[in-house]
Amino acid sequence: MYIVKRVLTMFLTIWIIATLTFIIMKFIPGDPFVSDADVLPEEVLQNIRAKYNLDKPLPVQYALYMKNLLMFDLGPSIQSETRDVNTLIADGFPVSALLGLQSLIIALVFGLLLGIVAALNHNRFLDYAAMFLAIIGISVPSFILAPLLIKYFAVEWKLLPVASWGTWAHSVLPSVALATTPMAVIARFIRSSMLEVMKQNYIKTAEAKGLSPIAIVVKHGIRNAILPVITFIGPLFVVLITGTFVIEKIFAIPGLGKYFVDSIFNRDYPVILGTTVFLVLFL
Amino acid sequence: MSHLLKVENLQVSFKTYGGEVQAVRNVSFHVDQGEVVAIVGESGSGKSVTVQTVMGLIPIPPGKIKGGKITFSGKDITNLSKREMRKLKGSEIGMVFQDPMTSLNPTMKIGKQIAEGLIKHQKLSKAEAKQKAIELLKLVGIPNAAERYNQYPHEFSGGMRQRVVIAIALACAPKLLIADEPTTALDVTIQAQILDLMKDLQRRMNTAIILITHDLGVVAEMAQRVIVMYGGIVVETGTVFDIFERPKHPYTWGLLESIPKPDVKEKKRLIPIEGSPPDLFSPPKGCPFAPRCKYAMEICVEKMPGEFKISNEHIAKCWLNDPRAPQVEALIAAGRE
Repeated sequence: MYIVKRVLTMFLTIWIIATLTFIIMKFIPGDPFVSDADVLPEEVLQNIRAKYNLDKPLPVQYALYMKNLLMFDLGPSIQSETRDVNTLIADGFPVSALLGLQSLIIALVFGLLLGIVAALNHNRFLDYAAMFLAIIGISVPSFILAPLLIKYFAVEWKLLPVASWGTWAHSVLPSVALATTPMAVIARFIRSSMLEVMKQNYIKTAEAKGLSPIAIVVKHGIRNAILPVITFIGPLFVVLITGTFVIEKIFAIPGLGKYFVDSIFNRDYPVILGTTVFLVLFL
Repeated sequence: MSHLLKVENLQVSFKTYGGEVQAVRNVSFHVDQGEVVAIVGESGSGKSVTVQTVMGLIPIPPGKIKGGKITFSGKDITNLSKREMRKLKGSEIGMVFQDPMTSLNPTMKIGKQIAEGLIKHQKLSKAEAKQKAIELLKLVGIPNAAERYNQYPHEFSGGMRQRVVIAIALACAPKLLIADEPTTALDVTIQAQILDLMKDLQRRMNTAIILITHDLGVVAEMAQRVIVMYGGIVVETGTVFDIFERPKHPYTWGLLESIPKPDVKEKKRLIPIEGSPPDLFSPPKGCPFAPRCKYAMEICVEKMPGEFKISNEHIAKCWLNDPRAPQVEALIAAGRE
């Protein structure tokens, strides 16, 4: 019963978001062919518009789009002659997902490490050092961090490729750049919840058993301190795997985020709707 | 005979932003093999700090052992390294805490929490430890022990959890069990069950118990000897009989007067002890109880009373026991009649 209810709400959510996106999208002035308007004769433009059903009244366009959506056909891309939105997502998503997954792992491992070290050295040097790093991680935007990483790791020390996508080495710098902010957030989360947990009575019980400090932290501390972070990982995971425009743009990565934003500038209606619906599917 | 636990002139203080709290000032007592010793006193009298120091659970800093000596099984454990202290904790000394609702890890199976200590101290394999843990669960009176082994604390009631906490404390058959208000957080019927259980286990395993409590009824029921603490010092110590039948310290009198007595025919109000405990940031140089004491004399404020030996086991720290002091006990006795 619960599952059925959740699936129904999911469809409802997707429908509402798709509708809202459709309406907002049509408020953007111009259409995909404004830039061509000077060079192409009026009749040609008319024909192209007709091809993509853009000449029909809005309610009809809406109905057509919803019909296709029901059949999981997200329509053709107006910008790209050869690819439709489905293949666009099929191409872009694995790239973004890999990038996101790697960043999530980096963020979790280092975030937990920093947070725990900080909590266990509460108000001592290591705590301040870890929290200093965390604050930098939160405040420095990725579009500043990414060029810095490129400058040192790629240009000066020539350790890793500058940009683009291909081998695993290509994914290192963007993953790190993408992971920094969530890592800092996780570190702060873990630090505060760990401090809270270490004051609990069951930690005293564990101490009274004569367990080593490491066993206490690992078995009794982290297990309880990680709970708030787990609730936070869900949405974070979605944000990371569905692609991030800034990082993908800087590193010239053919991920989903890049298409998503490009489509808005080009008023590529089917791509806007398609990528939005796909994102909602994950949320 | 050498004592199982001997605490001599223990001084513990805590550094806080407000200054240094002298929580325990010159406390001495001893516990023998298989004996139940109760420590009574109101909140802030230093009971818990004393036993937690014995157990090595005081966070250092801000806590600090400023002086004194703790001897356990003939071995000085005052300045034991943390590593050596950990060998003692859980195997030789077990501890039961006040609130069973929060003293178990909510994310770990009950059985695992018991088995943990066994694996650590008795070097049992996981399977052996599990077997032993199930036996312990049976021992503390938990039905369906094998099933219960795999359950989490939230599936247990408060009384059941306290049984589990006792099982954890007794897992390695310690020589000494420290019970810090083990029944305070439980309701009355469960309190009796837990006390019965502790008494039963104490007899079977011949464990010595230090029982901290507010409840003088519990003391009379369980203990052989009583230590009365006030303002960070031991004000009176003696056998249960000494303390209940011929107490020699006005604070003990006050404690006894504030227990309801079921056999009193006429409606008599309970007599509270007026005032509040001393400020341990700057403890008075005289007797800490003097400001609240009806019988306080000039010397009480000026000079800390020494130990007056009433009988072999019975010691009171009160100037009234000085031969030069007025015989107030006689007056009170006269007043009662």
